[in-house]
Amino acid sequence: MNCRSEVLEVTVEARQVEEAMLALLHTILLHRSTGKFHYKKEGTYSIGTVGTQDIDCDFIDFTFVRVSSEELDRMIRKAVSEFKDALSNSGSDGMGQISLEFYQKKKSRWPFSDECIPWEVWSIKVNVVNLANEQERQICREKVGEKLGEKVINVVEVINRHEYLPKMPTQSEVDNVFDTTLKDVQPYLYKITYQITDSLGTSVSTTMRRD
Amino acid sequence: MESDLKPQDQKDLDKFIKFFALKTVQVIVQARLGEKICTRSSSSPTGSDWFNLAIKDIPEVTHEAKKALAGQLPGIGRSMCVEISLKTSEGDSMELETWCLEMNEKCDKEIKVSYAVYNRLSVLLKSLLAITRVTPAYKLSRKQGHDYVILYRIYFGEVQLSGLGEGFQTVRVGVVGTPIGTITLSCAYRTNLAFMSNRQFERSAPIMGIIVDHFVDPPCSSQRPANMGHPCNYRAPDEEDGGQFAGVQDSQEVCATSFSTSPPSQVSVRSLVLHAGKEGGALLMPPHGADVHLTVEHAPNTPSSSENCNLFLFPELHVSPSDPVESLNAFTRKVGAFVNKPSTQITAASLDLPFAAFAPRGLDSEENDPMVHPPDSPPCPSPLQGSLHSQGSEGSGQQDDFVMVDFRPAFSKDDLLPMDLGTFYREFQNPPQLASLSLHISSQSMADDLDSLPEKLRVYEKNIDEFDAFVDMLQ
Repeated sequence: MNCRSEVLEVTVEARQVEEAMLALLHTILLHRSTGKFHYKKEGTYSIGTVGTQDIDCDFIDFTFVRVSSEELDRMIRKAVSEFKDALSNSGSDGMGQISLEFYQKKKSRWPFSDECIPWEVWSIKVNVVNLANEQERQICREKVGEKLGEKVINVVEVINRHEYLPKMPTQSEVDNVFDTTLKDVQPYLYKITYQITDSLGTSVSTTMRRD
Repeated sequence: MESDLKPQDQKDLDKFIKFFALKTVQVIVQARLGEKICTRSSSSPTGSDWFNLAIKDIPEVTHEAKKALAGQLPGIGRSMCVEISLKTSEGDSMELETWCLEMNEKCDKEIKVSYAVYNRLSVLLKSLLAITRVTPAYKLSRKQGHDYVILYRIYFGEVQLSGLGEGFQTVRVGVVGTPIGTITLSCAYRTNLAFMSNRQFERSAPIMGIIVDHFVDPPCSSQRPANMGHPCNYRAPDEEDGGQFAGVQDSQEVCATSFSTSPPSQVSVRSLVLHAGKEGGALLMPPHGADVHLTVEHAPNTPSSSENCNLFLFPELHVSPSDPVESLNAFTRKVGAFVNKPSTQITAASLDLPFAAFAPRGLDSEENDPMVHPPDSPPCPSPLQGSLHSQGSEGSGQQDDFVMVDFRPAFSKDDLLPMDLGTFYREFQNPPQLASLSLHISSQSMADDLDSLPEKLRVYEKNIDEFDAFVDMLQ
């Protein structure tokens, strides 16, 4: 099985990094989350309900939809915050990339550890720019909003191709496909990683963020 | 389109398509209400949340959607469209976007209805939630209010996009293949927001090329056009208020929420438990104490469906019954609206204006509107101001034709005189006409002058010595 890889690229001001990343990551996770599975006898299961929430950005003229789950939002915000801090510490012309990877676990026999097999990776490349005055910032608010809208359309287009998705697991295998630790929703197993590139083009850090 | 579908699969598919259409309409209209939407996740299935998504049903919207569908389902050649338009306080309207739910002939015979189609429709609804916040009409709808409102209209049949103007853009939300055809959901939205008033075509040519229509009743004051949409300004009724529609409610029909797993090598078919539904159809409901079983499978590794660009045919406008939107006709403020730019800065809805006093104060009728019936001028508070008013001059008659406007220039404040800059400005821009320049007074004085000339000459000749002495003094 080949891993599907999609790359999105945005150019934002430093203060817009967090909201832009949240908008795109939550849009992807909205489509890659289901309600909680409740297994019953004879292998049947029912699925819970996913609520949604509109989020207005403060520094970008944009509104995005995310899953109504405070737990999931906290986890994504923590990862994005780390990425933002790493970007800001790298220098004013830094570039970075944050990746959202969906994977399946494959059980291995002892002494081998379980294998994580990615089936879809979304990479968001970020270019941070500095603006000179308020007028440019105002224009940037709108432009970045439009660009994020285009990226959301790109995400939707990819997802609606209905390409490979892991098969619905049995109760014993559900933890190999889904993250079942959240109370209210059930996203596919995912991990968030990022790397920062300074102005010289060298990668200065890579951090793993496990779900 | 007839297919080799089992009867139960056909019934399931019809039900999925029906409720998908209803939920699509709800998502679109709710995204244009002008408010942020928030629904809660629930770990336990309620049995009434179709496609495992918390999308509340606004009863009026469901009613309109069902009326438009009239018992039919979207199918090949039968599209369901939701048209979003904008109506200004003057009564002018403009189509902003049209959402189309269509079906083409490309069938996916291999796909399983009860699982794959259902889940893909769920994903498509999520995509619709995301895309409805991205098109330009979303920002306009968030700013609707006194200056304009957003309307929706649902029609069934052929798609019509002529009202979107030239250069409209299209965005495809997604597709879902089914055994009877491929469902496509897309949006065509206007990009040219230059506002063209329709009213100039409805009245005779104005005198001197100036349209003075600020305070004239809108042509549609008492009758809304038959094809006018419904406002996207739903307000949840009180719980005690039954009203025409009994408040926001969950789907009246229970949706299938249970699935079954099986070993990867097997596909098992279980029995379905059916109950008679309210509309005479079959509902899938869990019987007491038993599990619900549906036709099962695992998610197949289906190849990606080819992209269909089958988007827009052109429709006849479907007449929908008018709802009373009388409040819209009370607006009197002329909106200098949408210039030829796609940016949201152009919206006339922005009330970030120094002349906020021009904004209508609410949904008052024209009788109470001070701009139509101005209040009496207050008495002059200062002698200086009083001297600036004309006393029986010709100018006052002309001022009766003008409406007193409370002119408040920016940064103005009262100085030593109890007269603000605005009042000063207004007074000096409308000074009283000089009496000597008045025609009839001047003509009258001319006759008097001629008659009094001899008398004046006698006086001057009598006092000639005084005049000579005065001249000598000056030299």
